[in-house]
Amino acid sequence: MSEKILVIGESRDGVLRNVTFEAIAAAKKVNAGAEVVGVLCGKESLNSQAQEMIYYGADRVVTVSHEKLATYTSDGYGQAVLAIIDDENPSGIVMGHTAVGKDLTPKIASKLEIGLISDVVEINLVGDQVVFTRPIYSGKAFENKIITEGLVFATVRPNNIQSLDRDDSRSGEVVEKTVDISDLRTVIKEVLRKATDGVDLSEAKVVVAGGRGVKSAEGFKPLYELADVLGGAVGASRGACDADYCDYSLQIGQTGKVVTPDLYIAVGISGAIQHLAGMSNSKVIVAINKDPEANIFNVADYGIVGDLFEVIPILTEEIKNLKVNA
Amino acid sequence: MNIYVLLKKTFDTEEKIVVSDGRIEDDGAEFIINPYDEYAVEEAIKQRDEHGGEVSVVTIGDEDSEKQLRTALAMGADKAVLINIEETQEEGDQFTTTKILEAFFEDKEVDLILAGNVAIDEASGQVGPRLAERLGINYVTTITNLEIDGDTAKIDKDVEGDVEKIETSLPLLVTCQQGLNEPRYPSLPGIMKAKKKPLEELEIDDLDLDEDELEPKTKTVDIFLPPEKEAGRVLEGEIDAQVKELVSLLRNEAKVL
Repeated sequence: MSEKILVIGESRDGVLRNVTFEAIAAAKKVNAGAEVVGVLCGKESLNSQAQEMIYYGADRVVTVSHEKLATYTSDGYGQAVLAIIDDENPSGIVMGHTAVGKDLTPKIASKLEIGLISDVVEINLVGDQVVFTRPIYSGKAFENKIITEGLVFATVRPNNIQSLDRDDSRSGEVVEKTVDISDLRTVIKEVLRKATDGVDLSEAKVVVAGGRGVKSAEGFKPLYELADVLGGAVGASRGACDADYCDYSLQIGQTGKVVTPDLYIAVGISGAIQHLAGMSNSKVIVAINKDPEANIFNVADYGIVGDLFEVIPILTEEIKNLKVNA
Repeated sequence: MNIYVLLKKTFDTEEKIVVSDGRIEDDGAEFIINPYDEYAVEEAIKQRDEHGGEVSVVTIGDEDSEKQLRTALAMGADKAVLINIEETQEEGDQFTTTKILEAFFEDKEVDLILAGNVAIDEASGQVGPRLAERLGINYVTTITNLEIDGDTAKIDKDVEGDVEKIETSLPLLVTCQQGLNEPRYPSLPGIMKAKKKPLEELEIDDLDLDEDELEPKTKTVDIFLPPEKEAGRVLEGEIDAQVKELVSLLRNEAKVL
C-alpha cells in the first residue's frame, strides 16, 4: 500500500481558500508517489468542495459534516481531524498557515507528540530528505528545517507554493465519515466581519499599503479604490495603525502580518526595518513617497517621488483604462 | 487567580541579522521581551489587579534571560522563573520547549496562562497551543480582549481581521495579539521593587524530566539571508507621465498587471 499524505482543506464563506490547493501541491513535493487524501470539516454538505480538491490534485477526500463543525473551533476540528488521522495512518500532513492552520496544527502535533514545521515557503528534496524552507525574524533570514522523527507535518504560507492546474477530468472518491464530536469548550457567540469586504490580506496577489504619509483614516480611501481596481487588499504600516488611521488587523511588519504578494505598493511609507521585514519578499515592490530619501526606495523595484494624493488617483484611472482595454 | 505568563526574549526589532556558519550571530545584539509577550505580561497584571491573585512569569533561556524577567517584574509581575537550559546538550524545538513547560506546570494550580501569539524570531506560534493540549486545558489564540467573570471568560479573538466573540471557561491558555492592550513602561519604583522580587532558577534536572525525553522532532540544517534586493528605479518627469510609465513597466517588464 502506498503512503498517504493528508491535506486539511479550509474554506471561507463556503469557498475553498487557494492555500488549500497550494497545500495539495506541497503534499506532492513532500512525496510525489503518495496518495493525497483531502480532509474537509463543516456543517453542510462538503461534496462540491471535495470535488474541487480532487480537480486540484487530491486523490481522495474524507469529509466530516457535523452541527458542531459549523464554525472552526480547535476542539471540534481537532476531534474530527484526529479521528481521520487515526483511520488513515498517514506519513505526512499539510495545511495552510492561516488563522485556522496556526490554531489547529500545534494541537494535533502536541497530541501526537510529533514535530511540526510552520509557515513553510519552499519544499525541496535533497537526496531522500525533505527540506522545508521558512522565514525567521520576519523574513530577515530563512532557515532550512527537516523532520527528524515521526510524521512529516507542515503548514504552508499562502501565495508561495504554486498550486497545480485545475483539471476537471480528474476523479476520486469522496467519503463521508461520521465522527462523534463531544461538547466543545468554546462557544463562538458571534463573528463580526470586518475584513471581508475585500480580499484577504495574507492571500492577496496585490497589496496597497499606506503609512503615516496617508495622514488620516479618510486618506486611505484612494488606497481602497486602487486596491479595488487591482483586485487586491489594503494594508498599513505600524505608524498608520498607531495613529488610528486603520485597524491593527491591517498592520504589515515584524509585528503584524508578513505578506508576499506579486505586487506591493507602498504609499506614504518611510520603510522602517520592522516594516520591511513584513513585505520585502514581495515579488515586485512599488514605492510612492514625497521624500526621495525614504528608505522604502532602497527595496522598491519602481519608485515615484511625489504627493500620494496626486499620484494614486491617476494610477487608479490608468489601471482602470488598462482593464477596460484589455 | 494563579496567572502565568510564558515569556521569551528576542532580538530587538531594530537589529539587523548577521549569519555566520549557518547560525544567527547574537554577539552584541540587543534583546527585548518578545513584543507579543509584552501584551501577555500587561494583560496578566491587569487581570490580577482586577481579580486578585499572583502573576508568575516563566521563561526558558540562559543567564541573560534574567534581564527580561526583571523587566516583567518591574512592570508589575509578582514572581519570575528562569528555566536555564544552557547546559542542555541538544538544540530544542517546539516539542522540547513544550515538554519542559509541561513538566514545570505538572504540580502547579493554574487558572490562566498567557503567552504571545507568536515570537518574532522563530515565529512558529506553536508552544502555547501545544502546552494547553498537554495540560488538558482549553486555549484561544490571537485574543484582542479578555473579560473574566468567575470561571467564565469572554474573549474577542482576531481571525485575520474578523472578530470572533467567544465564551469559554477557566482554566485557560490564551495567546495575545496586537490591540489587546498598551503595555506599560516599568516605572522607577517598579524597577527598584523588581530587584527584590523572587526569581527562581531551575535546571532540567530540577524538573521531573530525563534528557532523552527532550529529543527534538525537527532540526534546523541551515540558516541563510535572503538575496539582497538591487536598488530599483526611481521614475522621473511629470507625475502624469511617471504614472503612465509605471503602469507600462508593471505590465510589460514586471508582468504583474
